[in-house]
Amino acid sequence: MIAYILRRIAQSVLVMLVVALVSFSLFRFVGDPVATMMGQEASQADRVALRERLGLNDPVVVQFAVFIGRAATGDFGISYRLQQPVMELILSRLPATLELALISGVLAFVLGVSLGVYTALNRRGWLSAAIMSTSLIGVSLPTFLIGVLLIWVFAVELQWLPSFGRGEVVTIGFWRTGLLTESGRASLVLPSITLGLYQMTLIMRLVRAEMLEVLRTDYIKFARARGLPNRAVHFGHALKNTMVPVITITGLQLGSIIAFAIITETVFQWPGVGALFINSVQFVDIPVMAAYLMLIALIFVVINLVVDLLYYAVDPRLRVDRANARH
Amino acid sequence: MNRLARAWDSDLAYSFRHSPVAVVAAAVSLTIILAAVLSPWIAPHNPFNPATLVLMDGFTPPMEPNAFTGNVYLLGTDNQGRDILSTILYGARLSLFVGFSAVLFSMVLGITLGLIAGWRGGWVDSLLMRIADVQLSFPSILIALLIFGIARGVIPPAYRETMAVWVLIVAIGLSEWVQFARVVRGAAMVEKSKEYVQAARVIGVHPARIVATHILPNVMGPVLVIATIGLALAIIAEATLSFLGVGVPPTQPSLGTLIRIGQGFLFSGEWWIILFPSIALLALALSVNLLGDWLRDALNPRLK
Amino acid sequence: MTAPLLSVRDLKVTFPTRRGLLTALDGVSFDIAAGEVLGMVGESGAGKSLTGAAIIGLLEPPGRISGGEIRLKGERIDNLPPEAMRRVRGRRIGMVFQDPLTSLNPLYTVAQQIIETIRTHSDVSEAEARRKAIALLDRVGIPAAARRIDDYPHHFSGGMRQRVVIALALCVEPELVIADEPTTALDVSVQAQIIDLIKEICAERGASVLLITHDMGVIAETADRVAVLYAGRLAEIGPVRDVILNAEHPYTKGLMGSIPTLTQESDRLVQIPGAMPRLNAMPPGCAFNPRCAHAFDRCRSQRPDPIDRPGNRQVACWLHAPEAAHG
Repeated sequence: MIAYILRRIAQSVLVMLVVALVSFSLFRFVGDPVATMMGQEASQADRVALRERLGLNDPVVVQFAVFIGRAATGDFGISYRLQQPVMELILSRLPATLELALISGVLAFVLGVSLGVYTALNRRGWLSAAIMSTSLIGVSLPTFLIGVLLIWVFAVELQWLPSFGRGEVVTIGFWRTGLLTESGRASLVLPSITLGLYQMTLIMRLVRAEMLEVLRTDYIKFARARGLPNRAVHFGHALKNTMVPVITITGLQLGSIIAFAIITETVFQWPGVGALFINSVQFVDIPVMAAYLMLIALIFVVINLVVDLLYYAVDPRLRVDRANARH
Repeated sequence: MNRLARAWDSDLAYSFRHSPVAVVAAAVSLTIILAAVLSPWIAPHNPFNPATLVLMDGFTPPMEPNAFTGNVYLLGTDNQGRDILSTILYGARLSLFVGFSAVLFSMVLGITLGLIAGWRGGWVDSLLMRIADVQLSFPSILIALLIFGIARGVIPPAYRETMAVWVLIVAIGLSEWVQFARVVRGAAMVEKSKEYVQAARVIGVHPARIVATHILPNVMGPVLVIATIGLALAIIAEATLSFLGVGVPPTQPSLGTLIRIGQGFLFSGEWWIILFPSIALLALALSVNLLGDWLRDALNPRLK
Repeated sequence: MTAPLLSVRDLKVTFPTRRGLLTALDGVSFDIAAGEVLGMVGESGAGKSLTGAAIIGLLEPPGRISGGEIRLKGERIDNLPPEAMRRVRGRRIGMVFQDPLTSLNPLYTVAQQIIETIRTHSDVSEAEARRKAIALLDRVGIPAAARRIDDYPHHFSGGMRQRVVIALALCVEPELVIADEPTTALDVSVQAQIIDLIKEICAERGASVLLITHDMGVIAETADRVAVLYAGRLAEIGPVRDVILNAEHPYTKGLMGSIPTLTQESDRLVQIPGAMPRLNAMPPGCAFNPRCAHAFDRCRSQRPDPIDRPGNRQVACWLHAPEAAHG
């Protein structure tokens, strides 16, 4: 168990190092940081001094080590565009993105699993056919179009819900939350549906496919042959087995919600890290791009780790060492 | 071989004729593709020739005569008096160009890397597949954005406009190669271990020949499926990037750019500026997706 | 003579396909007396497993019983509503599947699976069900049953798992046990033990057994009577000794020729030339006629029905028709 966790953590660290290398290369080799930071009218002497100060004359390996050391303490330098520390920028915008991602993640998971189970159990029903066809439209519908459509219907025509921003926020420590005010919650509705819909369709289709697969297995047939009621067979036996592979993939899906938030945040002018990233891409604001990349990678790695541990908790077959110890 | 190919064809043709969804999807996507390709000849206006634009015609609703000029446009005009139908046709042309090019690029890249990984094995294989794994765990839109950002940093500002479309193609193509590589790698590994291939290698048949005669024909089906679904993905990716404002330049709008422009007029009531490009994009993406879905089922009945 | 425990009359199972209706079982009739072991043999695809599935009411859709009837103690069970049939399964008819590795749900302990089954069919407390389960596991030969009961299926070897499967099939004391190739997936060394176990434990409880296998050797050692299926039709049925020593159907003779015996000094096994016809390409007349060395005109035009023969036997072959002058 411990060895397993350690191995997974080692792998995660390796992935982070690779991503750090990409980030560092961005930083070091894309564009000239000195030119970008000082503008046209700086003197040659100033440039040389800045090069020295930034450590750009050191060997690349040393620079990379310094980069990692700084990154580990959250120091990604100053944004070229906004002239503010990158970490400060990201931290001030992170709560908005996390709240949005969390709500849409829960939405996608709960709806996705329920609809997936329903369509698998009622494979030949008309409602299942309707849900499946709709889901195909959902997969083909670009996220931004869903957002625009929702804005048009619910904000412009019906005027039920706000179409941009977070509404009123309450600050708790460094965390600015929109969950505690009515306008904040109303503002969350359309963006979280937009963000969650695509993931929901994916989860639903996955759950359906896995569940159909499980329903064909011998142990389900044997459970039926023992006269267990449908409810026990479907929800006790089939669903639990379905969830084992679903957890892994769903975990990764939920991770990508944070990345997909880029699009939703742009559509709804949501003040999160995704919108920050888009602006940094447009203005080639390398420090922000590099930091965002590291942040996303970190979130992915952590989710991966959690998912693996969950998997371990759900599937007894993986707990082999404990069993061996007992016999 | 020829007879085999024909039998395969006819099975596929049979399944196609008996799937109304596939027929409709094929009809819709072909219509859009044809209209887009022929847009310079069939579009009622050239929306990007400033000389023919009448600013007075701006904001003409669909099928209604303009208040000042009395001109009627089937789908209305935008703020600059550009005919929406024409902008859609030209936009779809660009979207499709980027989509097809990106898929072609990722296909060539994916097949090549997949063959190398599967055939060579060893550390080359592990390295490529590791990269593929890491890339797969990130959403492709993020990869594309990143590549786009890097390209912007590398390319001097003067060339950014003209290079934008190519950067977009590379960015989308690079974000989609993994699927191709995986399928081809699997097939290459299976074939490589077969006795006749071993024998062919022993008697000195060039690997390129073995690849061309044995491996590629085997992966044609899956590659076609991935390419079709990949086309839908690439079209959506292009639209998304352009919508986010990091795609094609506004002087050369694709469907995504048109939607981005149209979003600004949603609140002032000019709904047609955004609605029609959106419908065009959805019809295109959905029909290509449905075709891909059908193709996957038709080539692999077990997956149903 | 008392009424049979199970009586199958003219059982017909069909599958609708794109190219028309496939008849997988056609007019199969047999009885199983209380406490009797009926062996059922035939090649794969002959319809053995389908017969078992039809009796326990678990045909895979779109397959369905389209004719005939199945009676358990005189009561029809082939047309029971699903809920009533569910209560028959496990409670009155138990089933042992082929592959013990896939018959048990990997995510639940043996205790959970047995207790769930017992409590589905009888109103006993958890503790009482657990006591019963341990006693049963002990009976089927699981060493240290009281401790092993809380293990997961993957902790057991194949043979041990099949013992668990037998315990599960028998935990509510059914009157009939259908064992579908119960030893095929097992190591040769444990096959005999498992067969003996099934026979003993069913004899103890007075349960009848329908033993489905393609292994004539197993039938010879275990069954009281044997039914031979060929291409979805009953070829021959009778007491095991008589059928083995003196087969009347040419197909059965061929089948017997394929059992190796220690006493027989033959250096090769007799093989029946040709293959069983596919269901969508059944020959007119007797299904076996294309492979039969004794076939004559009538065999090619008219289908033989089972004919009563002396010694409580039946055979579906024109060679044995009273008016036949051939042979």
